[in-house]
Amino acid sequence: MNYFSDVGALARKDLRLELRSRDTFLSMVLFVVATLVVFSFSLPAQTEAEASYGLLWVALLFTAILGLTRAFAAEREQRVLDGLVLAPCDRSAIWLGKALAVVAFLALAELVALPAFALFFEPVTWELVAAVVLADLGLAAVGTLLAAMAAASRARELLLPLLLLPLAIPIVVGGVGASISDDPGRFLGFLALYDLIFAILSWASFEYVVTE
Amino acid sequence: MIRARGLGRSFGTKRVLRGLDLDVAERDVLVVTGPNGSGKSTLLALCAGLLAPTAGELEIEVERGRLGYLAHEPLVYRELTALENLELYGRLYRVPERRERIGMLLERFDLWEARHERVSTYSRGMQQRLALCRTLLHDPDLLLLDEPYAGLDEAGGVLLDGELAALAGERTLVVSTHEPERIARLATARLALA
Amino acid sequence: MSTSLRNNTAVALAVAAFVLLLGGLALAFYWVPDAPIEGFRQRIFYIHVPVALTAYACFGWAAWKALRLLWLRDERYDLESYTAVHMGLIFGILTLVTGSIWARTSWGVWWSWGERQLVLFLVLFLFYSAYFMLRYSVDPGPRRARMSAVYALFGVVLIPVSFLAIRLAEGLIHPVVFDRNVNSNLAGSQLFTFLVCFAGTLALAASLYVNELTGKRVDERLRELREALT
Repeated sequence: MNYFSDVGALARKDLRLELRSRDTFLSMVLFVVATLVVFSFSLPAQTEAEASYGLLWVALLFTAILGLTRAFAAEREQRVLDGLVLAPCDRSAIWLGKALAVVAFLALAELVALPAFALFFEPVTWELVAAVVLADLGLAAVGTLLAAMAAASRARELLLPLLLLPLAIPIVVGGVGASISDDPGRFLGFLALYDLIFAILSWASFEYVVTE
Repeated sequence: MIRARGLGRSFGTKRVLRGLDLDVAERDVLVVTGPNGSGKSTLLALCAGLLAPTAGELEIEVERGRLGYLAHEPLVYRELTALENLELYGRLYRVPERRERIGMLLERFDLWEARHERVSTYSRGMQQRLALCRTLLHDPDLLLLDEPYAGLDEAGGVLLDGELAALAGERTLVVSTHEPERIARLATARLALA
Repeated sequence: MSTSLRNNTAVALAVAAFVLLLGGLALAFYWVPDAPIEGFRQRIFYIHVPVALTAYACFGWAAWKALRLLWLRDERYDLESYTAVHMGLIFGILTLVTGSIWARTSWGVWWSWGERQLVLFLVLFLFYSAYFMLRYSVDPGPRRARMSAVYALFGVVLIPVSFLAIRLAEGLIHPVVFDRNVNSNLAGSQLFTFLVCFAGTLALAASLYVNELTGKRVDERLRELREALT
């Protein structure tokens, strides 16, 4: 199917670009580890173990924001997005290709972050990993759309966190809940629901964000 | 192919185009001239569909895949090679016999030797030639060229002369330029923006 | 929408709002009997809940206009959607303020994370404030209209999703410190008072909406005329 071959070509392009420059990915990895270290200094000795899970999610969220801020950097620089938008392919394919690449970067960063977290703070459960995967999907879906909006604005880097944070609150609830609750299934189900709703919404509305 | 009535475009409070009427038929070659800031680029972006009019009407009877647009920027990824860029566009535009067509264009514009180099290493002239390859890749029916000679050296300019001469009469062209004399022979219509 | 200065709809709405609100407040403070447990302090319910529901209505209206804009590709809806979000934000802030007052009179604290409505409105406040940041940082034009419309749609989807999240967070993340005795079965007089107040706040929102929209359209028209003359 043409649509998915487009998506594949676009996602591969993003991965290739990142492989060449490596700046976004490395920044994300360094950032998340540094943040975790800072947190270890900010929590008083008597703090309950569960609090550190909350901090993990904050760190992951801000790392995602860091990565998403640069999501459309290459396209913005040379106005390449115009070239992609003019192509006869479905504009939502641009969104999907980019979102898949974002998920890949997030996953790679978490591959470092989660072991670091387990080392510095608390053990990592399977529920936590599942929540992280679901959260990545949701953040990538919504974040890619919002990154495209921010790329078209004057405020750019400043705008994306403002737009994303309110929408990320449910993700944080789902993630922390899955990490510390006795009934993580409820929270994982909620995350899946969030992903479904907002992925469909982002997929359908991307066209309207990049065209006039 | 292109029909505009009372076309206008503003950016916030700044009005760039106003009350423009335009008719471009198939195989016309329209040359657009005017000083900087007169709206040449805006007009071409409107015709490409990148911008929407803020006043008046604009009809483009060409579908997206049959339209070729050359902007001020080359619209290519700097950290990809020429080949990778054209491969991507070739895929998105569903160009038949992609490899052959890309090879042919790269050779025609004297970029074959540098095809595996990243665009960030290219000179301005090479980037412009690559942009021309990108524009012509899918053999569009309607070509919108925004100052195509910009950045080209003498040799590049001659290459472009040849290309345009071959295209005029076969395809529809809208070309904005600071040097109208260069394509004066090919022009079937002129538009001077103030 | 008529841009004449003597606009009958606007006047009618303003009068209705004035009458209904004054009447509603009078009913709420003098006529309705005291609530069984909370007593006199519960009366702020008659302002707080209508204001909250009106905020939801404004956001919903904004999303509807946004949908129309995207569907019909008509930029006229942009101004309407924007004004509705503006109204929604005003009423949202009012909800937070009245909710905070209610929390203070009921429990002695100005804020409680266990209070679902309050937390939800805090999230919505952040979201719709970002709407204005978005609008300020994009140049006016078809692009900005579309992006605002998409964002307004996201907002209205966020409302139920956030509410669900807040409910899930209760107990686990946020403490359930206080339990409000919310009796959803309103007695006759209470229901009547509530409905009058609700009609009043809706009328107020509508009146402000029409007012601001008319003003903006007049500005737009002036600009167009000025341009046509140059």
